[in-house]
Amino acid sequence: MADTVAQVAPASGETRRDFLNLVTASFVGVGVGAIAWPFIASMNPAKDVLALSTTDVDIGPIANGSAITVMWQGKPIFVRNRTTKEIEEARSAPLADMRDPQTDQSRVKAGKDNWLVVVGICTHLGCVPLGQKPTDPRGEYGGWFCPCHGSHYDTSGRIRKGPAPLDLAIPPYAFTNDKQIKIG
Amino acid sequence: MMRSLKSLALAAGLLAGFGAAPVWAAGDHSAPKLPEVNFPFEGMFGHYDYGALQRGFGVYKQVCSNCHGLRLLSYRDLRQVGFSAAQVAAVASTVQVQDGPNDDGQMYERAGRASDRFKSPFANEKAARAANNGALPPDLSVISKAREGGASYIYALLTGYVDPPAGVTLMPGMNYNTYYPGHQIGMAAPLTSDGQVEYADRTKPTVDQMARDVASFLAWAAEPEMEERKSMGVKILIFLAVLGGLAYSVKRKIWAHVH
Amino acid sequence: MASGLHKSDIANPVLNWIDQRLPVFTMMQKEYGTFPTPRNFNYFWNFGALAMINLLIMIATGIFLSMHYTANTALAFDSVERIMRDVNFGWLLRYVHANGASMFFIVVYIHIWRGLYYGSYKKPRELLWMLGVTIFLLMMATAFMGYVLPWGQMSFWGATVITNLFSAFPIVGEYIVTWLWGGFSVDNATLNRFFSLHYLLPFVIFGVVFLHVAALHITGSNNPLGIEPKGPQDTLPFHPYYTAKDSVGMVVYFAVFAALVFFFPNMLGHPDNYIPANPLVTPAHIVPEWYFLPFYAILRAVPDKLGGVLLMFGSIAVLFVLPWLDTSPVRSMRFRPVARIFLFTWLASFFVLLYCGGKPAEEPYVTLSRVAAAYYFLYFLVILPLLGRLERPLPLPESIARPVLRGGGPLPAGAFAKPMEKA
Repeated sequence: MADTVAQVAPASGETRRDFLNLVTASFVGVGVGAIAWPFIASMNPAKDVLALSTTDVDIGPIANGSAITVMWQGKPIFVRNRTTKEIEEARSAPLADMRDPQTDQSRVKAGKDNWLVVVGICTHLGCVPLGQKPTDPRGEYGGWFCPCHGSHYDTSGRIRKGPAPLDLAIPPYAFTNDKQIKIG
Repeated sequence: MMRSLKSLALAAGLLAGFGAAPVWAAGDHSAPKLPEVNFPFEGMFGHYDYGALQRGFGVYKQVCSNCHGLRLLSYRDLRQVGFSAAQVAAVASTVQVQDGPNDDGQMYERAGRASDRFKSPFANEKAARAANNGALPPDLSVISKAREGGASYIYALLTGYVDPPAGVTLMPGMNYNTYYPGHQIGMAAPLTSDGQVEYADRTKPTVDQMARDVASFLAWAAEPEMEERKSMGVKILIFLAVLGGLAYSVKRKIWAHVH
Repeated sequence: MASGLHKSDIANPVLNWIDQRLPVFTMMQKEYGTFPTPRNFNYFWNFGALAMINLLIMIATGIFLSMHYTANTALAFDSVERIMRDVNFGWLLRYVHANGASMFFIVVYIHIWRGLYYGSYKKPRELLWMLGVTIFLLMMATAFMGYVLPWGQMSFWGATVITNLFSAFPIVGEYIVTWLWGGFSVDNATLNRFFSLHYLLPFVIFGVVFLHVAALHITGSNNPLGIEPKGPQDTLPFHPYYTAKDSVGMVVYFAVFAALVFFFPNMLGHPDNYIPANPLVTPAHIVPEWYFLPFYAILRAVPDKLGGVLLMFGSIAVLFVLPWLDTSPVRSMRFRPVARIFLFTWLASFFVLLYCGGKPAEEPYVTLSRVAAAYYFLYFLVILPLLGRLERPLPLPESIARPVLRGGGPLPAGAFAKPMEKA
């Protein structure tokens, strides 16, 4: 250590002392950071929370044109069995008009185009949009309408009007068979 | 000089006393000496033998889990022992777990998943006692921390079944064990013959080997963080040694002209 | 200065603005920057600062642990195990908190030993000492309640035994115990209130520590010679001399702490506390944590229940009045060769009590406890008061800066032990 100091710093005693102080202070800084990290990390989701529980949803009973709401990771998930008309409306909408352009095809599984699975949380400030029940308003685009601040989503769950910045999120899901999907 | 010697003697006395603390705290004055097992996870640089842990899990599953739960662990924790996601899913799906209520308001059974906790063999304490002559087979999640001697004690217990010595009458339903406090234990020897459990690797499943492996597995089950803890400790002690040297040099520099 | 603003000498303009309105920086400069501190401290004087650091570590880890802990008898044990296994670094938080309690008592016991040896409890530091004993009592209450929270066998049965002690008091005893329990045995009500109070008391401790340090800054620190500083030649500014020296001690403290946490995290604990609490099964030997063992031994030394309780509380009460029991005009044991022997014997009796407290209540430990407890009280109540008058102490040095008397010949006038010198 002494050799390195003599080579790196000029011979004056004052600068050598500053070097020692600097090295010591840096070690202390590393130490403080190392101590702070576990506290901060402990507030992140714990392993049991992260171990995604999956939800199996029976979609057999959902008639064409109806929708159900299921819970997954504490959030509402809208599962809608879309009519052909709704699919056509979604596919013919011009992408240039959209705030968050996405094709309808990219939001559903190939061969299962009538099934739309979205997270039922408005991307504006987190309210649950209306449109699941037959009596609910569906907004100007036939999808969902958020009563909190007036966001309108279309039949693909995309934001078309109102303050929300993004389309309704698509959760990870897969068809285990024709009558069942596994979310998460 | 005398003063620093005295302080040193005091400090040494304190440390010696302090180091003997577990002996003080235990208060166990008639326990037989445990055999020396030399598990690889003991000591400052200890690490788990994952082969032993996997074999040990096999012993737990095939022998112990019939009576003993492991309810503080989840099936997904087995990934740490080296099982693949598929193997863990397979283990989990061998049990039926209660879930619900469904949309009819009924509770129902479904196959276990990786995220589920280990299923206990009995629904509750009373059911466990009823099935075991009034004795309660303890849950094994933290057993190696809950017994003086830890994994060595577990190994000793499992291999310590002998015939009662002359003059000792066994109570009804009891078995004689060298290492169990009081020597009479409700559990019959669980590992009785070589080959009782089939090992996937080429290790011979002798009683001694199975006892060693399940003790290792249970040590891991109680302390899955052990390797990370020890490796962090080594790094921190080295860091502090360097920082201590630096801090002492700074102190000496500041105090140089005072003395 | 307009409108009563403080006249601040702080250089930095932002800090100066704050300081004029709330002179915290001036205060820090005065109390921890330039504060005249005796130049002859040894490392025993490090332990007060270490205790403060330990308190902060306990509060920090405690707050983060309480984000995940559930104080309900059905869930407590499992919530602690969840912290150990699933919470990120939960095992680290838990082991630091549990071993931090032990470190806290080690540090404080050494800190108290310093006070006993160097006469830091003597005039004018009597109130400082009594505040310290108060902190010690609060620590014991906090640690006792904290140990109940994991709801293991020792948690439950330790709580049962110690709360049952209060039934020894005649007439009101049973009512006190029922009131403490919030029920007819240690149960959920007890656990919940212990969690609430365990979270509260460390902040009360923090307040009393503030008073303790404030009182210290009025009288100034004692030092190994036990004579008051006479001027700047006897002192050094706290910064950088003692900030640097305390940092060295801090690193050693962290090293001991780390050795415990990372390599022997359960050595000072009891395996039975990894068994979930069972009100129907009593463990073979109920023992409190090691730092309570001397007092546990004193409790069990007396065959009478009430007598044991009174003697146990008395062992701390006698500390409160120590400044008035010790009649010697000399502070530091360095100059009291006879008293020193008795003090070291007292230390031995403390260790004997600690050892016996962890043993079953059988011979020879019962007799040993009684002898050691008798000496513990004899030292404070008989030996110290008598020795103060009877002992011939060594000659005190002139001053801190000149601790060694020069040459031979007659000693300078006034070099012998005098009544307490004023600061």
